[in-house]
Amino acid sequence: MKEANRTIAEGRVWFQSAGKEAWMAKGANMAIRAVNLIGLLLLVLIFALPFAWMISTSLKTMPETMVFPPEWIPKNPVWQNFSEAWSSGPFLQYFVNSVVIAVCILALQMLTIIPAAYAFARYQFKGSGLLFGMVMITLMIPSQLIFLPVYLELSAWKLLNTHLGLILPFASSAFGIFLLRQAFKQVPEELIEAARLDNAKEWKVILNIMVPLVRPVLITFALFSFIAHWNDYFWPLVMTTDETARTLPLGIAKIREVEGVATWNILMAGNLILVLPILIVFFFAQRQIIRAFVYNGVK
Amino acid sequence: MMAKIELKNIGKKFKDEEVIKNLNLTIEDGSFTVLVGPSGCGKSTTLRMIAGLDKQTSGDILIGGRSVNHIAPGLRDVAMVFQNYALYPTMTVRENIEFGLKNRKVPKQERDTLIHDISEIVGLTSYLNKKPQMLSGGQRQRVALARAMVKQPKVFILDEPLSNLDAKLRNQMRTELIQLHRRLGTTFVYVTHDQVEAMSMGDVIVVMNQGVIQQAASPAKLYGDPENLFTAQFIGTPAMNILNFSEVQGLHIPAAERIGYLGFRPEHVLMKQDLHREGFTLDGEIVTRESLGAETIYQIKSKAGVFFVKTFLEPMEMNSQIKVTIPYEQLYYFAPDGQRIRGIEAREKSLSFVGGK
Repeated sequence: MKEANRTIAEGRVWFQSAGKEAWMAKGANMAIRAVNLIGLLLLVLIFALPFAWMISTSLKTMPETMVFPPEWIPKNPVWQNFSEAWSSGPFLQYFVNSVVIAVCILALQMLTIIPAAYAFARYQFKGSGLLFGMVMITLMIPSQLIFLPVYLELSAWKLLNTHLGLILPFASSAFGIFLLRQAFKQVPEELIEAARLDNAKEWKVILNIMVPLVRPVLITFALFSFIAHWNDYFWPLVMTTDETARTLPLGIAKIREVEGVATWNILMAGNLILVLPILIVFFFAQRQIIRAFVYNGVK
Repeated sequence: MMAKIELKNIGKKFKDEEVIKNLNLTIEDGSFTVLVGPSGCGKSTTLRMIAGLDKQTSGDILIGGRSVNHIAPGLRDVAMVFQNYALYPTMTVRENIEFGLKNRKVPKQERDTLIHDISEIVGLTSYLNKKPQMLSGGQRQRVALARAMVKQPKVFILDEPLSNLDAKLRNQMRTELIQLHRRLGTTFVYVTHDQVEAMSMGDVIVVMNQGVIQQAASPAKLYGDPENLFTAQFIGTPAMNILNFSEVQGLHIPAAERIGYLGFRPEHVLMKQDLHREGFTLDGEIVTRESLGAETIYQIKSKAGVFFVKTFLEPMEMNSQIKVTIPYEQLYYFAPDGQRIRGIEAREKSLSFVGGK
């Protein structure tokens, strides 16, 4: 009996001290979480503030854009800014051009990078290392360095001011090949062997086994590519001299030149029109992107 | 539909490493042949060469009398079950089973009947629309089997298909595989590193080591009549006891100089003195006793070396000093290079007893 009492007492002491430790650990945990949270909030501010400013400015009158300190919510939102931006040039044409070019580039890239990445990931052929090295090197060359020869080449083919001239230089993507090669490499060899024993042709292995497995990576790449070419300013600027193939970013940049003064409110309204499609695409692809980054191969 | 598999003078090199050396093997039609050996012995490579996943460096492979050297894996009439099942993760169970049929352009109606029948046999009917990730290990195994069976191949190739399952399920699947083989009557080629699995499943067991076939025979023959030291020690739990012949005393044998090793199985050792049995006696000290219920395993240290004894349904021996007898007909003799020497008889009772004392 005595013995039992002592055990209980000891147990209680142990329990209390353990509780205390747990409580202290909880406190430390909370502090870490708080710091984390503040850091994240700062990050959000850095990215969200310019965006908020863009929206705010796009709804202001011209004089309001110059007020300091800035007013975040305009008293009378000026919705006409959008229609003014849209009608300041052949915006429908720009929009169509942008869509055609970004979509065609994406389609072509899919056509080229999937087989290329598969070959680099799964075959040991003569010079495969060298070839892959060459692909990687193109990642390190800025387009500003090579635009002149490419421009001359395309102009010799009479492709200036055409959609094709804006699409062809991006028919493949070193970044895409790299990204997809890594993903393909993670697929266990047995899956491909099983497919071979199932009498699957090589293209069926790619389409039915490999591509579905790397879908999140593929979608992420598609998004990157789409955004990059939708927003691209430099290349369309170089390759166009008239409106036939001009894209949205060029059109919006032109707003600034109207009447020699920067009409910030109209410009921001134009910018909002420019980023809206991207926002919509991003909204729908978000989950896939997160999955691509936590992608851990095949279980 | 004959599906005899013949391997003729097969050699396989990976870069400069020779993994298979001049291998000759005939796998009879309808047999359950098990390739067994330690890891790296070349058993999986042999299997993959039959399937066509690896190409032999030299030699010919014939399936049903037809050379398959230049025939793609998908056209060899061979189905394979992989160790990790290799199910297509983005496809449902039905699509997994159907994929091979689609590639062979089997009409839709026929595909449906086949899938229906097979999934009933392996008990998957209610899982057809699930993805492999949703299934347990045993169920995945069944999908892998169904995927192989649905192609109605001449040869089934199974690469350690049970090694990812827990012990209980493994036993169950083992029985099911044996039954499946009986039912289908097709040739099964099975790879495992587990000798118990090999012994319990195979009609013919091919023991391999370092790329060379050590012996190909029935389980009973492998156990009772091993060709060499390697086979003798690979089959049986615990393995056959091997003593260095130069340290063995009291065994008078003609032509003893040719012998390198003496072997005997733990279960053939008699712990009780029985004067009516003639045999080789050894004095020793019991080092450990392991009771496994029905059987007991002793580790005994003698002058000639340490050896194991297995007794069955006998009370545990508590004395530490002990004298054991191995009947003469249960002794195996091996040359110094490990080859079995047959036809030796030791019969000189008086001499062996002198040595024992």
